[in-house]
Parts: sequence; C-alpha cells; structure tokens
Amino acid sequence: MSRVRVLVGTKKGAFILNSDGARQKWDVTGPFFGGWEIYHMKGSSVDPNRIYASQSSGWFGQVIQRSDDGGKTWQTPGGGVAKSADGMPKGESNKFVYEGNPGTHMWYDGTAHPWEFKRVWHIEPSLNDPDTVYAGVEDAALFRTTDAGQTWHELPGLRNEQGSKWSPGAGGMGLHTILLDPTNPKRMFIAISAAGAFRTDDAGATWKAINHGLHSNYMPNPTAEVGHCVHRIALHRDRPNTLFMQKHWDVMRTDDAGENWREISGNLPTDFGFPIDVHAHEPETIYVVPIKSDSEHYPPEGKLRVYRSRVGGNEWEPLTKGLPQSDCYVNILRDAMAVDSLDPCGIYFGTTGGQVYCSPDSGDNWSPIVRDLPAVLSVEVQTLE
Amino acid sequence: MPLPMIRVILPQHLQILAAAPREVALDVPPPVTQWSIIDALEARYPALTGTIRDHHTQKRRPLVRFFACEEDVSFDPPDAPLPEKIASGEEPLYIIGAIAGGGG
Repeated sequence: MSRVRVLVGTKKGAFILNSDGARQKWDVTGPFFGGWEIYHMKGSSVDPNRIYASQSSGWFGQVIQRSDDGGKTWQTPGGGVAKSADGMPKGESNKFVYEGNPGTHMWYDGTAHPWEFKRVWHIEPSLNDPDTVYAGVEDAALFRTTDAGQTWHELPGLRNEQGSKWSPGAGGMGLHTILLDPTNPKRMFIAISAAGAFRTDDAGATWKAINHGLHSNYMPNPTAEVGHCVHRIALHRDRPNTLFMQKHWDVMRTDDAGENWREISGNLPTDFGFPIDVHAHEPETIYVVPIKSDSEHYPPEGKLRVYRSRVGGNEWEPLTKGLPQSDCYVNILRDAMAVDSLDPCGIYFGTTGGQVYCSPDSGDNWSPIVRDLPAVLSVEVQTLE
Repeated sequence: MPLPMIRVILPQHLQILAAAPREVALDVPPPVTQWSIIDALEARYPALTGTIRDHHTQKRRPLVRFFACEEDVSFDPPDAPLPEKIASGEEPLYIIGAIAGGGG
C-alpha cells in the first residue's frame, strides 16, 4: 500500500510525519537539528530515501544535511576533512561561494549593495540523478551539486539578467523557487524576491527574465523587466509550459513558459499571499491561501481559507471544512504547501503557528496532523510505494 | 612530556550539529592560538568547518565570540598565543554565539 512522508522545516528544527495512504493516522518524528532553522527539505524522486535539508543559523551559517535512509540518520556530506594543496579546507557541504566578483545589487534604499551569501532557501533534487541537486540561495543565486552535496558551484549566468537591479523583499533577496521541466532537462524556471521569474533553456548557462505581463505598483516602473516580487510559481508535470504564480499582489498564469502572464485573481478575497500549488492529477486545479495584505500577514477576517480553482484561475471557491474560521492570524509561507500524488490527491500546508494541515481529498476536508510545532517554514511530501 | 589537552566549550547549536559534548579536549600543537584550536576542532569534527570561520573570508563569523579566562578575546589577532591557562588546559576556551536578537 502506498504511504506518504511529509518533510517539515521549522524555525527550530525539522520534523518528519509518516502515514499510510489513508492519511488519517500519523507518526511524528523529530525534532532533527533542534534549534536550527530548517528552511527546506526535499527528497529525490529517483531515490526517495535520499533527502536533503537546508539547515542554517544566524550565528553559525549554512549547513547542508543529507539522509540516505529516508530521514532516520543524517550526515553533512563532504564533511570538510579534505584539504587543498595550500592547506585550506575544501569540499565542505556548507561552502557556497559566488563565482568571481558578483558585484552589487540594489539595496532597500536604492543604493548599491554587495552580494552576500546568507542561506539556502530552497533545495531541488534533479529528476534524473539523486546526486545532482540545485540550491536557491540568499542573496539570490542558483548553486548546483553533482556529488550528492559534497561541493556546490554557482551557475553565475543568472546574475547577468540585470542582477544589479535586483533588490531584497521584506524577507531578504532569496531565490526561493526552482522548477525543473520534466519534459526538457535543459529547461528550468526560478523565481526571486524581488527580481521576478527567469527561465533557462540551456541547463543554466544563460537565462531570460520572463516577467512580461506582471504589474507591480510598488515599483517606479510597474512593468519593468525585472524587480517584481514573485512569491512562488508552480507547474503541473503534464503541462510544463503552464505556470501559476502567486505574486506580492496578484495571482498570475502563463501558458507559454513565461513569455506572457495574465492575471487570474478573479473572485479571491485578496490576491496577496505566498504559496501556490497544482493538483497532482488535474492540471487546471490550483490552490492558494489569501493573506490580508502586504503589511497584515494573516488571513482576512481571521478565517483560514484555502482557495481552489478547478478551471485554472479566476473562479475560486473557499475550502474551510476543518480549518479554523475565527480568530486565526497565522501565515502560510511560500514553501509551506505541497501535494502528494495519491488518488485522491492530498494537499498539505504548514503555518507560522506551528500547525500542519492535511486534506486527503483534494481540499474538501482538512485536519491537523500536528498543532504545536515551531513556526513552519516549509512542507514537502513524498509519495512512497 | 605529552602536550596538555586543550579544553573547548561549544555552544549548544554546534554540539547538536557535530553530535559533540559540551566540552571537548583537543591535542593542539603549540603555539596555542584561536586558529590552531579551531583547526584542531574542525579536524575532530569536520561538520563544524565553516560554522565558526566564514568559508569565504576565513575570518571569525560576526556573531561568534571567543572567551578565554573570562576575557573576550574575539578581537585579538587569531594567530596570537592564548593565555597560559588555556595552553595548559587549566581553563577552557569558550566559543559562544553572541547574545543578539532573540527573534524566536
């Protein structure tokens, strides 16, 4: 029988939640890496026992953890024992160094600010090789390992897309979304706050800003090529040219791989929010969690509502059964929603209040798996045979 | 005559990361300095590489502090000899995460 493994990153450690395919009874393990921020964990689709985790701390920096047994045990790949000829340590799993001189990007006040590595926001394992993984980092850049996390190297071509004009969003200048095209190994999409969405068609050597159709009133030029605060993008593996976007404001859609975007906010109570995801079996069924405003990061009216569109946007229905409908003022962060691939499709999200909710029936009914974790930063799901 | 074991007190975050005890004892060839202790610490616990000294700058990370004999020696030259009580193992070198923030 199929089962699911939910990987939860929080402000104070990682947790792994296991259930069978019914998704009613859960076994909770953790915390792993207690006290550390776990921005993201994700398993390889090629080898589900291979899981990578981004562990960071404001004091002690960035660490990458890897498990080869489904999260039971962890190691820091590379370890740091190797030394180069000049005696400097090499091969550490936590070494993220920009290629060359990255120059400057725009600071909050419009001045130039040097690029500074802070942490890994998102980990995206290759669809073909469990040893190849992409990492989206703050300050925004894309790194890749091909040796299972022992060494990481930047794909610096991305910064050529007007990197000097990128600026941090309120949470920092993070590269937070990495989407790999399942039909074209040379194509991927990434998104950065606050720079926008970008696409490569040559495996990361060169990139193109794909923000035509976005409109951001907070920018001096609301339709500029870069500078948009994209919160997350998502795709369905059967239609990789169709992307859905939750922007700082506005929910958007493209059907030509990002060449042109159009708004699909429709009847949402507010089109501000962070996560967006697509049903595993219905490419036109999408989910968002509206948040009141850019300064009020909680659900409107204190009602936690996931909104679902079954027609690819514009027409949305609130999903409330099992979710708190009064006095709820949590947020759902951009990487804190995921779907499994069972039938019916399971939808999951975590909150800054420490709850992780699951709907085993595509959003119709919800219940909490856990209620009292630290603030949830990310949720990923593995569907296991 | 065998060298004295150098004592180091780790902050809890690094104990968790390295699966190390609060206090570790290290063989450190003289001169005993901040950097020679960190070299020995990283050799014993490779997972700590990069967490105390920044990879890129090879300098102490900004929010990490070193205390020796109740003095903050963080801003002393990292290759300067530490006090004799550290070198003799009588006192430990404390590695501390600066008390800053507390945002949750």
